[in-house]
Amino acid sequence: FRGRNDDSEDTELRFVTCQSLWNQIKLETEQIQEDLNKQLLDNLVSFLSRSLSEFQEKTTEWTCRMKFREIPTAALVLGVNVTDHDLTFRGLADVLQDNVTPYIALLEAKDCSGIKNLMQKLMGQLMNCDIDVDLLEDEDSVQVSQNRIRCSMSSLISWYESVTKKTDSETPSKKRNSSSRHWQSPPVVVIFKDMESFSTKVLQDFIVISSQHIHELPLVLIFGIATSPMIIHRLLPHSVSSLLCIELFQSLSCKEHLSTIIDKLLLTSQFPFKLGEKVLQVLINIFLYHDFSVQNFIKGFQLCIVEHFYSQPLSVLCCQLVDVKKRVYSLSHDQCENIRRLPSFRRYVEKQESGKQVALLTNDSFLKEETEKLLEDLHVYHENYVSILRCLHVFTSSLPKYPLGKQIRELHCACLENRVWETEEYESSLQLARMLNKTDLVTMLQQCVEILTSSSGKEFDKTVEKLKEFLTQFQNLGGEASQEQDVSVSSQMELQKKTDLYHLQKTLLELKESRRSKKLTKFEMLRFEVVDYVDSLVRKYLVPADDRTLHEIAYFNAAAVLRGHLNAAPRTALHTALNNPHWYLKNQALKCDGGGISNKAPDICIVYKLHLECGRLINLVDWLEAFSTVVMAAEEPNADAASSDQVDDIIHARFIRAVSELELLGFIKPSKQKTDHVARLTWGGC
Amino acid sequence: MPSLEHPAYPAADLLHLESLVPCRESQVSMLLSIFGERQQFSFPSIFIYGHTSSGKTYVMQTLLTTLQLPHVFVNCVEYFTSRLLLEEILMQLQSSSSDTEQTCPVHCDTLNDFVRLFKQAVASPALQDQTLYIVLDRAEQLREMEANILPAFLRLQELTDRNVTVVLLSEIVWELFSPSVGCFEPFTMYFPDYSIGHLQKILSQNHPPEYSADFYSAYINILLGVFYMVCRDLKELRHLAALNFAKYCEPVVRGEANERDTRKLWKNIEPHLKKAMQTLYLREISSSQWERLQNDGGEPGQLKGLSAHTHVELPYYSKFLLIAAYLASYNPVRTDKRFFLKHHGKIKKTNFMKKHEKTSNHLLGPKPFPLDRLLAILYSIVDNRVAPTANIFSQITSLVTLQLLSMVGQNDQLDGPRYKCTVSLDFIRAIAR
Repeated sequence: FRGRNDDSEDTELRFVTCQSLWNQIKLETEQIQEDLNKQLLDNLVSFLSRSLSEFQEKTTEWTCRMKFREIPTAALVLGVNVTDHDLTFRGLADVLQDNVTPYIALLEAKDCSGIKNLMQKLMGQLMNCDIDVDLLEDEDSVQVSQNRIRCSMSSLISWYESVTKKTDSETPSKKRNSSSRHWQSPPVVVIFKDMESFSTKVLQDFIVISSQHIHELPLVLIFGIATSPMIIHRLLPHSVSSLLCIELFQSLSCKEHLSTIIDKLLLTSQFPFKLGEKVLQVLINIFLYHDFSVQNFIKGFQLCIVEHFYSQPLSVLCCQLVDVKKRVYSLSHDQCENIRRLPSFRRYVEKQESGKQVALLTNDSFLKEETEKLLEDLHVYHENYVSILRCLHVFTSSLPKYPLGKQIRELHCACLENRVWETEEYESSLQLARMLNKTDLVTMLQQCVEILTSSSGKEFDKTVEKLKEFLTQFQNLGGEASQEQDVSVSSQMELQKKTDLYHLQKTLLELKESRRSKKLTKFEMLRFEVVDYVDSLVRKYLVPADDRTLHEIAYFNAAAVLRGHLNAAPRTALHTALNNPHWYLKNQALKCDGGGISNKAPDICIVYKLHLECGRLINLVDWLEAFSTVVMAAEEPNADAASSDQVDDIIHARFIRAVSELELLGFIKPSKQKTDHVARLTWGGC
Repeated sequence: MPSLEHPAYPAADLLHLESLVPCRESQVSMLLSIFGERQQFSFPSIFIYGHTSSGKTYVMQTLLTTLQLPHVFVNCVEYFTSRLLLEEILMQLQSSSSDTEQTCPVHCDTLNDFVRLFKQAVASPALQDQTLYIVLDRAEQLREMEANILPAFLRLQELTDRNVTVVLLSEIVWELFSPSVGCFEPFTMYFPDYSIGHLQKILSQNHPPEYSADFYSAYINILLGVFYMVCRDLKELRHLAALNFAKYCEPVVRGEANERDTRKLWKNIEPHLKKAMQTLYLREISSSQWERLQNDGGEPGQLKGLSAHTHVELPYYSKFLLIAAYLASYNPVRTDKRFFLKHHGKIKKTNFMKKHEKTSNHLLGPKPFPLDRLLAILYSIVDNRVAPTANIFSQITSLVTLQLLSMVGQNDQLDGPRYKCTVSLDFIRAIAR
């Protein structure tokens, strides 16, 4: 991160800015995460407390004596984005630790290949967590760990008894901080992080064992499920699942999670850093097409920030508005030149009159003033942009078929890409908006008013007034609309009266006629007005960011770089390296002209190219022959003396080495069908 | 019905025992006659088998405790290694023989050690001249342990030269233990399933104190009428009986019907029980949720069962990968060319033909396919170009961990891995939608 290669100054400052920005964003995302998970965690905690109270109150009652003890189990459906689960579980463990019980064990399938490993892991975690809670237990757990080899349920139970007894007998002063939050005889919570990967036998055995001891050891299981709860029935036979008392908890879908993240991170003017359209598209595509992982999305976002601050020297100006002034005035001459070189700035200059042009291009201090103004403009633009975008989203999200997308992120992308009002989708959505009914329109307008009043932009006072005016007009319309309805109803009545076919046809025709020629009602007029007004707002505020001057400072647009980093293509890279070594080695001699096989290339490249021409099975002798021909091609003049049938030993050795390298890379493998052949493992041959 | 009689034990104890083990009198008397008197040597090993919850464990435990025979009771699932098992037996022996609570941890790695330590433990006066019974519950687990464990337990009497009898309890027949040649054949004994009459009798036995026995047995009768077809598991039935009894009593509590009004009560409870069979018995919803529902008087329809949430949200390419895997698993290789090589328009038409073939292929189950074929099909079913990025490959692996695909053959990754698709047609239909 430190090794910035560009020679301009401000690197230190840029680094600091980047760091602080990232820290802010990180805090924000963590906050969001916490809020989103809160509901789920609360539910879980209440489930635990309920199951525990049931555990305590039972004993004498008849029904409880009759039914057999089930292990309370929470099935936590988390969705397929496994990378995000870790965070959720960590949050869960923390919350439980604080509110419910100190005894938590997190188990992963890879640690529990057998029941023995599982018990070992479980006991290790439980007894270690004990040390954290109070140090008094230290000697005890050391003693236990010495004969840890005896990992059976009975030793676990005796441990549990000793621990709970000890906390009971503790002095009250000490008890206050630990036991006041925990309940008497806290349950032992065992969390299976990835239920799918556990082997059936281990789970079955564990459940059978623990169900036998549920009276002595209040155990609660939590299954983390990535796919669907059906997996429980698939993994456990009925005899085992009947020992569980399963309740289902569903976490928020990751798509919603992403929407909130985008909403909070990108669609605010809080952070100066912005993502360009293409970059955002890449990130969203990776999310939707590949992994559904919010964590990865945030990582990608982080990468964007780092890359932006690293590659763009002017990113030093990408900071909060209050700092901008100071930073602009401390810019060096080189940096001013950088500004002048920005394409958007050049466009801006060209639009100015000639005197100002000269001043901008030659006078640094004038440039700085101008820059500051422009940056402020940019900031205001952001504020307005976000509010109007939300308003537009209110309109478009309720249209049938969603011509501009259901989610606000799609709308955002469309607006960033180009002038949204020039697109066909926008046209069609306006068409649809002109057909909205009154109640919908009114609620939408109300929502817009709310959004605009809550936004920080100062220019919206007038807009809000205008919208409110529309609203009152709609209210006034109420009476008239009912009148109109009467008219239509009466015509309907007429229609029913006339039974005669001829008359019916006639009236129908008349009705049609009248409808066509009918002047637009007041409501329709008003509706047109509203839609036109929204349209004007959009044209005014939703200008794509590329058209703004100095947008390069805040926007990161290098999508190709990002794609290269995040969406690696190992096969393609390998193929390029072997097929076209010049690409990576940058050696002029290797530059080849299409189809031919150069003999200057590394051996493995030659062998690779030759093998591309073969079928599923490759004859080694033929291959060697071809190889030696290619290699000898250069040494032709002096080689004809030695061009006997015998292949040179050195070439033979080089060939064998190259072939074994290919085998290591996984392109070929020795074949059992024919001894002197190898089989291709990649494309071709079939 | 044969009453239990045995000269060695007091009649009062036997009578008590008989009341505790209803419908198992013949088995108990059989066991008693095998056991003989306290000091008499008994058969070295007894193997008892029978279906789930046919009372094997319960009968053994009550028999041994009511007659106060010295015994050790171990569950082989719980003590999953031979060492844990042996140590646990010794521990129990120590605590039963010595009066002091203090038991030092025993270390016992091999059977040889076990025999030695066992002799020491049995030498205590409390166990002198009495037969010691070692009961191994879920004895089928012994097969998983070292090869010498099972034969050694079978002839423990001979090995230790002490008065000991090993009782093995299992749900499977002795032949499936497939012991090695020369193994001591235990005395095998079968516990038959309870008949419906037995179940009725046993279930009615412990009625709640506030209601009469007749009332409860009428309830059990209804319950069995509904559930006997699907479930003969005594434990499960007891559980269900306990959970639904409150509902049954409701009219009586409200005063709408008296305890004799069986017909009315039946009408009230029957649909309820049917619902319970669909949800509760299959563990679609948990018993605590069921109880809460009953208290609230709500409909179970509000609570979705576990299997209602079958839909799995998958990323875009994962869906296509899974569909491609499904096609690769259920279509023969030779049809690939026909289905996928032609231009786009034809694919829809060929879909019909696919279905005809599928019926037969579905019965055969999924077939393994190589990675390359999966990718080739993927490329042809996705409309736009797909770059073979690392993300695609990692998605295949994550599908394997989610158990939607499974890897066939544990050979090297480089060696052309082969996969199988493990999801059903319905699942694929839901995804492809």
